[in-house]
Amino acid sequence: MTTTAPPPTRSAPLPVARQRHYGRWVVVVVLVAVGGFVTFSLVTNPRFGWPVVFEWFTSERILSGLLNTLELTLISMVIGVVLGGVVGIMRLSTNPVIAGASWAFVWFFRGTPVFVQLLFWGSISALYPVIVLGVPFGPSFAEFSANDLITPFAAAILGLGLNEAAYMAEIVRAGVRSVDEGQREAAAALGMGRARIMWRVVLPQAMPVLIPPTGNELIGLLKTTSMVAVLAFPELLYSAQLIYAVNYQTIPLLITASLWYLIVTSVLSIGQYVLERHYGRSFSARVSRKKTAAMIGHAA
Amino acid sequence: MSTTTTTTTTARAVSGPMVDVREVRKHFGHIEVLKSVDLAVQPGEVCCLLGRSGSGKSTLLRCINQLESIDAGEIFVAGERIGYEEKRGKLHPLSDRAVARQRRSIGMVFQRFNLFSHMTALDNIIESPTGVLRTSRSTAKARALELLDRVGLADRADHYPRQLSGGQQQRVAIARALAMDPAVMLFDEPTSALDPELVGDVLGVMRDLAADGMTMVVVTHEIGFAREVADTVVFLDGGEVVERGAASEVLTAPEHASTQAFLSRVLREEA
Ligand SMILES: Nc1ncnc2c1ncn2[C@@H]1O[C@H](COP(=O)(O)OP(=O)(O)OP(=O)(O)O)[C@@H](O)[C@H]1O
Ligand SMILES: [Mg+2]
Repeated sequence: MTTTAPPPTRSAPLPVARQRHYGRWVVVVVLVAVGGFVTFSLVTNPRFGWPVVFEWFTSERILSGLLNTLELTLISMVIGVVLGGVVGIMRLSTNPVIAGASWAFVWFFRGTPVFVQLLFWGSISALYPVIVLGVPFGPSFAEFSANDLITPFAAAILGLGLNEAAYMAEIVRAGVRSVDEGQREAAAALGMGRARIMWRVVLPQAMPVLIPPTGNELIGLLKTTSMVAVLAFPELLYSAQLIYAVNYQTIPLLITASLWYLIVTSVLSIGQYVLERHYGRSFSARVSRKKTAAMIGHAA
Repeated sequence: MSTTTTTTTTARAVSGPMVDVREVRKHFGHIEVLKSVDLAVQPGEVCCLLGRSGSGKSTLLRCINQLESIDAGEIFVAGERIGYEEKRGKLHPLSDRAVARQRRSIGMVFQRFNLFSHMTALDNIIESPTGVLRTSRSTAKARALELLDRVGLADRADHYPRQLSGGQQQRVAIARALAMDPAVMLFDEPTSALDPELVGDVLGVMRDLAADGMTMVVVTHEIGFAREVADTVVFLDGGEVVERGAASEVLTAPEHASTQAFLSRVLREEA
C-alpha cells in the first residue's frame, strides 16, 4: 500500500456529492399518508364526539378526578421512594435475616399483579373485619372497623405504595451497587458510620443511576393509578366512568381522560429530561460546578 | 478500654509500639493469606512492607484498620486492642460504632485514591472532621487549607477529583487522612496507579510526613523510597514474614533467598 504511485499533480479538490437519503423520503410519504388518514377520521367520524370531549375536559368532576390522580401518584411515590430506599438498602445488608426479609418483600409485591393487590386491600375487611391497636396477645388500646380505617383511598395508597416500593427497592439496590466499593472503604477508613457513608457518600454518587428509572416509575405509577377505579375511588378514570355511566358517551370521556394522562406524562417527561441532563452534565463536565455538588452533596 | 476509645489524641502518648500485630491469621476460603504474622511499629517509625503480588501485604494493612476481620491473633494500635473489647476475661467483638471510632485514629491511603467524586478537594478533606468529629466547619476548613498547602495543592481546593491528576488526587487523599489527626498512617501502594512522572510528588509528601515524625506503615514497590525513608523493612512471602530488620541492612544485604530474588527483580525493573 505504501508503494502506490504518488498522486498526480495537485488539482482543485473534488466536490463532495450530496448523500441521498431515499429511504427517509419513503418513510415520510408513508407517515404523511397514515397521519392524514388518522386526522381525517378523527375529524369526520362524529362518534369521537369532540364537542363532548371539550364540554367535559375542564368540568369540575374531571378536574377533581385529575387532582385525586395526582394526589394518589404523589403519595404512593413518596411511600415508594422512602420504603423502597429502606428495603433496597436492607437487601445489601450483611445480616442474612435483614437481606432475606427485603428479598421476600420484593418477591411478593413484584410477583403478584398490582391489580390483584388493590383488590385485596379493597376487601381487607373480609379478612380482618376489626383492626386492633395494642400489644399482640395483650391489652388493646383501640379498635377500628376495617371498613372505616381502610377507605378506598387508603386501600389505593397501600396497594400502589407497597408495589412501588418493591420496584424502587430494586432500583436503589442497583444504584447503590453501581458506586465503587473503594468509596465505601475510604469513608469507613475515615471513621464514618454506615448510615453516614450511605447518606453522604454512596447515595449522592448513585443519583445519576437512580434518576432515569425513577422518572420512568413515576410516569408508570401515574398511569397505574387508573386501576384504582376498581376500588370505586374517584380518580381520573373512575370520574370519567361515572359520567359515561349516566350519559353513555363512553368514547368521548375516555378521550377526555386520556388527554389529561397525556398532558401530565408529557410534563413529567420534560421534568425527567431536565433532571437527567442536569445530573449527566454535572458528572461529566470538567468545569467547576459548585452549585450541582452543593445540591447533591447537601441533599441531607 | 472504653475510656481509650473515646479519644484519639491521648493515644499518641503510648509507651509500647504504635502498631502491634501478634500472630495474626487470615483465611479467604481455604487459602491462608496471613499465616501467623507479627509486626511491631514503634511511634515515629516508618515501616515498609515489601513482597511479591499476592503475598498478603494489602490484607495485613486492611486487617489493621478492620476493613478485613482477622481469624486469630491480636492487633493493637496505640496500645488499644483493635476489633474486640475485654470484658470479664473474655473478648467481645466491638459494635460498628466502636469500630468506626477506632478507625478515626488510623489513616489509610489507597492505591486508587478513592476520593469522593462528588465533592471538591476541600469538601473531601472536611467531610469526616465535620461529620464525624463534629469540628466546626470554619475550623475544619482552615485546617484543610493548611493541609492542602502542605501537600502543595493550596490552589486546588475547589477542584473535583476528575479535574485533578492522579498524583494530585493521591496528595488530596493523604491530606484527607491527615485531617483526622491519625496516630498512624497506612499506605497501600500509594504510587502504583500513577504515571512515573507523578510518583515523585507523592513520595515527597510522604517523605515530609515521615520527617515530621508520623508513624507510617507503607506497602510499596519503590525500593528507592524504602531505602531512603524507611526505618525498618518487613518482607512478606506467602503470608509469612520471611525477613525483617533495619532498612539499610535488609535492602543492601538480604539474607533470605526470596528477599534476594524479589529485590533483584524489582531493582532490575527500575533500572
Ligand atoms: N476479598 C478476597 N477474597 C478472596 N481472596 C482474597 C481477597 N483479597 C485478597 N485475596 C487473596 O489473598 C491473597 C493476598 O492478597 P493481598 O491483596 O493481600 O496481596 P498483596 O500482597 O497486597 O498483593 P499485591 O502486591 O498484588 O497488591 C491473594 O492470593 C489474593 O488473591
Ligand atoms: Mg495489594
